[in-house]
Amino acid sequence: MRFPYDTSYRDGLRLLRYRSDWLSYGVLLAILLIAPHVLPKFFVGEVTYLFILCLASLGLMVLTGYTGQVSLGHAAFMAIGAYAHAWLLGQGVPWVASAMGAALLSALTGLLIGLPAIRVSGLYLAMVTLAFSIVVEQIAGRWKSVTGGHNGMPVPDLVVFGLSLGGLQAFYYLCLTMLVVVLIGLLNLLRSRTGRAFIGVRDSEAAAHALGIHVAGTKVLAFVVSAAITGLAGALMAHHVQFLSPEAFSMLLSLELVLMVVIGGLGSVRGAVLGALLIGMLPTFISRIKPLLPDHIAKQMGLEIFMFGLVLAIFVLFEPRGLNGRWLKLRTFFETFPLYRRDTFRRGKTYMKSERYR
Amino acid sequence: MDPALVQFLQLVINGVAIGSIYALVALGLVLTYKATEVLNFAHGDVLMASAFVGWALIAAAGWPFWLAIPAVLVFAALLGWGLDRQVLRRIAGQPQFAGVMLTIAVAFMIRGAVSMIFGPDSRRFETPFSGRTQLGPLVINDLNLVIFGVALVVTLALFWFLGRTRLGRAIQAASQNQLAAYLNGIRVKALSSLVWAVSGIVAAICGLLLAPVALVDIGLWVVVLKALAALVLGGFGSVPGAIVGGVLIGIIEQLAGVYLPDGSKDVAAYLVLIGVLVIWPRGLLGEAHGRRV
Repeated sequence: MRFPYDTSYRDGLRLLRYRSDWLSYGVLLAILLIAPHVLPKFFVGEVTYLFILCLASLGLMVLTGYTGQVSLGHAAFMAIGAYAHAWLLGQGVPWVASAMGAALLSALTGLLIGLPAIRVSGLYLAMVTLAFSIVVEQIAGRWKSVTGGHNGMPVPDLVVFGLSLGGLQAFYYLCLTMLVVVLIGLLNLLRSRTGRAFIGVRDSEAAAHALGIHVAGTKVLAFVVSAAITGLAGALMAHHVQFLSPEAFSMLLSLELVLMVVIGGLGSVRGAVLGALLIGMLPTFISRIKPLLPDHIAKQMGLEIFMFGLVLAIFVLFEPRGLNGRWLKLRTFFETFPLYRRDTFRRGKTYMKSERYR
Repeated sequence: MDPALVQFLQLVINGVAIGSIYALVALGLVLTYKATEVLNFAHGDVLMASAFVGWALIAAAGWPFWLAIPAVLVFAALLGWGLDRQVLRRIAGQPQFAGVMLTIAVAFMIRGAVSMIFGPDSRRFETPFSGRTQLGPLVINDLNLVIFGVALVVTLALFWFLGRTRLGRAIQAASQNQLAAYLNGIRVKALSSLVWAVSGIVAAICGLLLAPVALVDIGLWVVVLKALAALVLGGFGSVPGAIVGGVLIGIIEQLAGVYLPDGSKDVAAYLVLIGVLVIWPRGLLGEAHGRRV
């Protein structure tokens, strides 16, 4: 067990506090940098896809995990980002400006949806976002002149600053860079005044208000930041799938994103990444174990969605703090071995508390 | 009569019929929401599973229609009861969000299980109601009459059960304040399981009514989203509101399909949901007290 000995206020706020942190994250980054040269092509594509999912999951984590606003419709922001990006590229806009534009448009939509967030919260907000994503999916299917409707829309090739990055490896590095930049930016945002306001609003709106936090503004800001990040993920996703169709951004994707943040553990950046990894790898894993299953089960479509449900149910019932919580427990177990006490993480006894008469 | 008026009336009649199903689905949602404060996203999947079981009994196993119906209802009741007893009771006292996630998980599992057992094809089964009645220039399908009649009977039966019987009043007490109800000797846990079973039965009735209109298909669960719009329009948590909202959503959808641009029929319900929540969160018959959550 390490006991932090801080000599200045800055020490308490550092992202990487110990030399071992620097070492472990440095090794991780090195592995990720070498990986595309070592891994087979198929896996390079898969890992790139996981990076994009991590990005989207981080976007939702800001909103749901840190600000406590549940959104069941984040695929809509991905769709807006992806379509805007593809359309702008088609108009001859350079890549960087186009990606920025996609994120900006997504953020503006987030603002539009975030404004009602002042009036509704909790369950109601979840329903508004759910309905919003269905409407966006329908619009993408009907607005044929821009989105190509259900016939789909081809995405132009990836050219950044005159460099063609169409190859798998180049795209891998692009996504990795984006992920690292967003991750560091987000970590800095979340330890800043704004990020602490997010957490304050999540934990108690009344207390946050009393402390001088502009609750409504904070909520809308969280929506905008979240939508921008998710829109950026959508823009990258457009290059990954190379052919956009509305079905790719259906409600299932929204729910998968929510699954990621819940399974990862609400209120932790590490959780968002871990959750995205688990949910992103699950379909591949299932297709791998399918040959081992009896024929009549393996041939059916429903296995994947059944497994999604099962994993989510197991986490909600047995590990509400998600993968991040499990990781913290494991780490504490080894750090304090053999003195680990289960009760360290025991939740207080809860009674049924009505949320109706607040 | 003026043909435009005839078309309008015909649309309203169709809307009321489909709206009665929405109202019943919404009613099933309100029941569990009031009793356990869990918004049951798996409701639509219980409905869908019941429709498939109905198909399996009637079309595949060849049971007579009137024997298959009670069997389906028993199946749905057991499913609802089991869900509360084995799954949802474990998260009592956790934030509302946990309930939403858990019911979504259950919905995924039911959907996956049904599609693993029955496969992805749509199917249909025969009902004894295929005739139609001519009322002046208007045509009313017998099926629509049956839907409306069943919805009316179920609603009245539920009102009688909740308002007039001892058990129903106990349910109301438990939904107002669980602790106080418990201290008065009401078996709150058993009651909430009972409510889930009743909600399952209502879902199964909706599934059986919807099966001849739409096909028996995995996508049948989407009706739960329409029901959410109905709930919001009628005022969340209000039983009469659920019914009024459901019928209104049905009518709005039918009218939007004809009078508004192509494609608005599919999104009308959701636009209503967004609009009502943003502009007028209380809804038509919502409870007046306190801040809405």
